[in-house]
Amino acid sequence: MQPLVKLFVNRYPETISERNEKAFYMDTATDLDRTNAVVTVSDDLAPVQEMVRACIQCGTCTASCPNEFAMDHTPRQLWRMVLMGQKEEIFQSKTFALCSACYYCTLRCPRGLPLTEAMDALKQIAAREEISKYKDSVQFYKNFLKSIRRHGRVNEMEFMTLYFAALKNPLAPLRFASLGLRLMLKGKVSLLPPFTRKRPLESIFRKVEELEERL
Amino acid sequence: MMKYQYYPGCSLEGTALEYNLSTQALMDSMGVELIEIEDWTCCGASAAESINHLLSLVLPARNLAIAEKQEDIRDILVPCSACYLNLKKAQEKTQKEPELRDRLNNILSQDQLELKGSVHVRHLLDVMAVDLGPDTIRPRVKRTFQDFRIAPYYGCQCLRPYPVFDDPEAPRSMEPLIEATGARLHPWSMGTKCCGASHMNTHMEVGIELVAAILRGAQGADAILTVCPMCQMNLEAYQRKICRTRNEDLHMTVLYLPQFIGLALGLSEKDLRLDLNLSITDRFRKKLDMS
Ligand code: SF4
Ligand code: SF4
Repeated sequence: MQPLVKLFVNRYPETISERNEKAFYMDTATDLDRTNAVVTVSDDLAPVQEMVRACIQCGTCTASCPNEFAMDHTPRQLWRMVLMGQKEEIFQSKTFALCSACYYCTLRCPRGLPLTEAMDALKQIAAREEISKYKDSVQFYKNFLKSIRRHGRVNEMEFMTLYFAALKNPLAPLRFASLGLRLMLKGKVSLLPPFTRKRPLESIFRKVEELEERL
Repeated sequence: MMKYQYYPGCSLEGTALEYNLSTQALMDSMGVELIEIEDWTCCGASAAESINHLLSLVLPARNLAIAEKQEDIRDILVPCSACYLNLKKAQEKTQKEPELRDRLNNILSQDQLELKGSVHVRHLLDVMAVDLGPDTIRPRVKRTFQDFRIAPYYGCQCLRPYPVFDDPEAPRSMEPLIEATGARLHPWSMGTKCCGASHMNTHMEVGIELVAAILRGAQGADAILTVCPMCQMNLEAYQRKICRTRNEDLHMTVLYLPQFIGLALGLSEKDLRLDLNLSITDRFRKKLDMS
């Protein structure tokens, strides 16, 4: 186990200082707070508008949302913005990025609207358009997909390494360092990619790319 | 003999290894056979649906199509709630929308696979509560937990949006299983509250807030039981950070449901891999050693 730990520490040199970690934690500026640059989105909102067309602005979704306290616009307001086609405000806002897919709103909406899927649809647009405010989340998801495209199953260590590299923030690994070490000591994460058939998902990924033009 | 196809999912090969091994040990001890789906691949987790809708459906569909080849076993047992929902969603949607199934089959045909729609996706909790049930468990109990107060934590995706085996707002399916071990239920309202899912990776400060509220609600209980690797990780792995940054003692033992039931059935801590859990408190350990 020792060499593995060493490898991890070498990879993320600042890792083990608890004080550093705390300092970083207190000041976790996320992608959401970083810029206020004007957002331009060419993607079509129509499919999302279709999903929430029947909204009666009752606010049940807002009242049900566990993340509402951290959002700048409530879910109810977001659906209104979607229907009004206010693209810039929607993608300037952190609301859709803060949906953790608990499906409470979907369950409770009196109009039976597929609200969690509508949140996903906004995330997908933000990923396609490479909206800078949403960049870190996109990096997280894209690197996850990169790892499963390579191996068929996710290799947690590989994908976190890819994610940290993509964030280009030398402090980012600190948030996960002590946990990473604990998991490694328990033999729960491995530095080696999983041993499976070679790229079993490659043809599927390729075909989806071809059908969707890009991912 | 009861048989299920088994989809462990990526987490159960890594960070949730003890969920995998305790599920297998428990099922084995109850005479249930699990047959792992051959060459299964990632269901897409929460990543695929955040990037591309089609991809988020074809990744689980691939696994369903492989499972269909095993014609004599229709039910797929899935312990991870996120995998469960992804697989279930692909099953439900392709059943309702034949055009979607054709689209997915067009992609799957690259690998000579075809989805017909003949398998059922079942959550581990569903199988434990409905197919096995407290009446199967009770007579096998070797070790009772009278002095224990247990907080059942369901999380989100095994209950919502598809209410299959329990009430999605006020679930109770874990209760008779816990009571079968002699333990009492911790009265709380946090059992269906969201743990933040991947917020811990992308918006940690929000995730911490959600988890702290759940841990606070559990105070007074001896342990929280979970049925999802993401819930388990969120609830157990950040306790030190949470306690340190808020100056509050919120330490709490968090176990997977099959670990706890397994203990009651007399399986060893070694078989249930309690050594892999990240947050077993000294208090719980002492109580366990005395029981
Ligand atoms: S719960 Fe449904 S109808 Fe009510 S505001 Fe939200 S989306 Fe609109
Ligand atoms: S699914 Fe998303 S938007 Fe809806 S209540 Fe849950 S976190 Fe909020």
